[in-house]
Amino acid sequence: MSQPDVLHQAFELGFTYTRSTGPVVGRFLTELKKRNIVGIKASDGRVIVPPMEYDPDTAEELGEFVEVGQQGEIVSFAWVREPRAAHPFDRPFAWAMIKLDGADVPMVHCVAAEAESDVATGARVQAVWADEPRGFITDIRCFELV
Amino acid sequence: MSDENNVGEDNETVTGIEAPIYLKYNFTAGAAASRFLTRIKEGVLTGQRCPRCSQVYIPPRGSCAACGVPTEEEVELADKATVESFTIVSIPIPGNPIEPPFVVANLVPDGANISVIHLLSECDNAEVHIGQRVQAVWKPQEEWGYALDNIRYFKPLDEPDVPVERIGKLPVTGLEG
Amino acid sequence: MGQSNMKEIAIVAYQQSDCVSDAGAANEVELIIPVLGKVFEQVGITNAQDVDFVCSGSCDYLQGAAFAFVMGVDALGAVPPIKESHVEMDAAWALYESMLKIRMGHAESALIYGFGKSSPGELPNVLSQQLDPYYLAPLWVDTISLAAMQARLMLDQGLITERDMAEVVARSRRNAQGNPHAQLGGDVSAEDVLAQQTYVSPLRKADICPVSDGASAVVIATVEKAREWGVPYAVISGIDHCIETHNLGVRDLTDSISTRRAAANAGVGDGRVDVAELYAPFSHQEIILSRALELGEDTRVNPSGGVLAGNLMMASGLSRIGEVFNRIVAGEAQRGVAHATSGPCLQHNLVTVLEKGETA
Repeated sequence: MSQPDVLHQAFELGFTYTRSTGPVVGRFLTELKKRNIVGIKASDGRVIVPPMEYDPDTAEELGEFVEVGQQGEIVSFAWVREPRAAHPFDRPFAWAMIKLDGADVPMVHCVAAEAESDVATGARVQAVWADEPRGFITDIRCFELV
Repeated sequence: MSDENNVGEDNETVTGIEAPIYLKYNFTAGAAASRFLTRIKEGVLTGQRCPRCSQVYIPPRGSCAACGVPTEEEVELADKATVESFTIVSIPIPGNPIEPPFVVANLVPDGANISVIHLLSECDNAEVHIGQRVQAVWKPQEEWGYALDNIRYFKPLDEPDVPVERIGKLPVTGLEG
Repeated sequence: MGQSNMKEIAIVAYQQSDCVSDAGAANEVELIIPVLGKVFEQVGITNAQDVDFVCSGSCDYLQGAAFAFVMGVDALGAVPPIKESHVEMDAAWALYESMLKIRMGHAESALIYGFGKSSPGELPNVLSQQLDPYYLAPLWVDTISLAAMQARLMLDQGLITERDMAEVVARSRRNAQGNPHAQLGGDVSAEDVLAQQTYVSPLRKADICPVSDGASAVVIATVEKAREWGVPYAVISGIDHCIETHNLGVRDLTDSISTRRAAANAGVGDGRVDVAELYAPFSHQEIILSRALELGEDTRVNPSGGVLAGNLMMASGLSRIGEVFNRIVAGEAQRGVAHATSGPCLQHNLVTVLEKGETA
């Protein structure tokens, strides 16, 4: 049997979907456009940011929106020394779980920092807005240390 | 990424987002397909024979789908084939230069038991029929690559029709063999 | 799932390919078929015609080929047609579906296989797209980074140390020396691991499972059928799976409550656990899982090296079950626990308890 060449072909697969947001995600994204961050009250009173449509414990439909602060505290973080092409930065940065003021659970977003040693659990951070927010999670471009 | 969101009647409330995902891959053809494509670059159609049921598959996938056993024996096939089934397509294929109406057919190359899909041309579409004998029309050799479209299309042959019950059962030497 | 008034179901065969970082030209069928050939041989059957049901686990996003799993059927011998199903999950969940099929009385035996060819893509990016499509996927936050944040939560709270993590890695590498299919085996000490610089801090590269191509397969059957085949078997005495919310902020990432719940339902605590194979893609997750399963000092954890030594996406969970089966039929263990996971930071967990069968 003949020996084949190993044939390969680089390609890019695109999933070009439009997603319906519904009333809860839509409200959050609408508020981002106005440079506001809102969460939602869970059945037990905790404020969840970004808002969830249904309570994670009781499955109850949620609807009480609460505006939260644009500053918060790092609950945990990962320092990315070698960013991937898909990442929001082309230089080292941190992913972090950030508990915003007025929120009870942290959200995941990125944090701009010069060095790993500048970032710490418990550090205060502030949202940095995109120049023209359009109702997308990346309207918060990143968080930066306060 | 689009800068425009879908918004509600108030022209402000976000009701939908454009969220395209692009993922990069390096696709590999598979060992059996790589062998097939390497040989077709040389202008030769090949199949693989099942060691259990003796069926010859084209294009080969490295297994006999009927028996669930690996296939390794490579078989050279003729570029003559028999029409097993066909359809006449009257709508254009987006991005494809082929002008409708055109004929897409299941063709069983002589020596194989399984059909491949290819185009029929240089024919009167109304006269295309099951059992019809056809032969590959190759591109000029300098244009051959690792692709089944080294064969531009198949065209009718002046040979007697193959009875339906013998389609997929011809030796590599064809009807006269 | 309890066992009362139901036919006992057993594992009768298990095979796995080598874990390799790049399977090269081999396509899905070419990865699967040698493993299926060996598993059929182990039972003494010819092909999938000789079992009543077939279920596979795979994910087309790994290699970026739509409906790639359909090609897998070419490895089965599906003429005449067979009863076949597929889960877009690890094949451990295909085993769960197969058990239900047998429990319903629709089958006496089943072939389960999982396969993954992750090398064509950038796996951490691919997996980022399984996250919340509004809040997380558009950020392209990758699974390694999420696990790194989980590890830091544990380190900050004093629940683990970096040395604990390094010791998990060192044991995995040592154990993998005895596993011919492992990708990363070696005589590595915790000091060697700690001497590495961090990659996605606090994780070092050694804390992260490698990306592997390959396949594994298992045959299960009622105990009656296993005896008819005359092959050694291990009885599945319990199995259950639980999932947690997708919202990472709401979850307690330092524990695995879904594993705890599944373990309780599967009856893990009802007897001694001689061996446990845990699907922990990151070193700290093995510690979370050992605690959630309440494993003691007398349990051998990941004697195969676990997935830190080779991770076949969509097959590693099934392989964990197979590895416990191997220990039991080899007489090294009487009772063992296999764990499979899916999703970021141990979101979804399946726990299986295997026991040595009564000799006929």
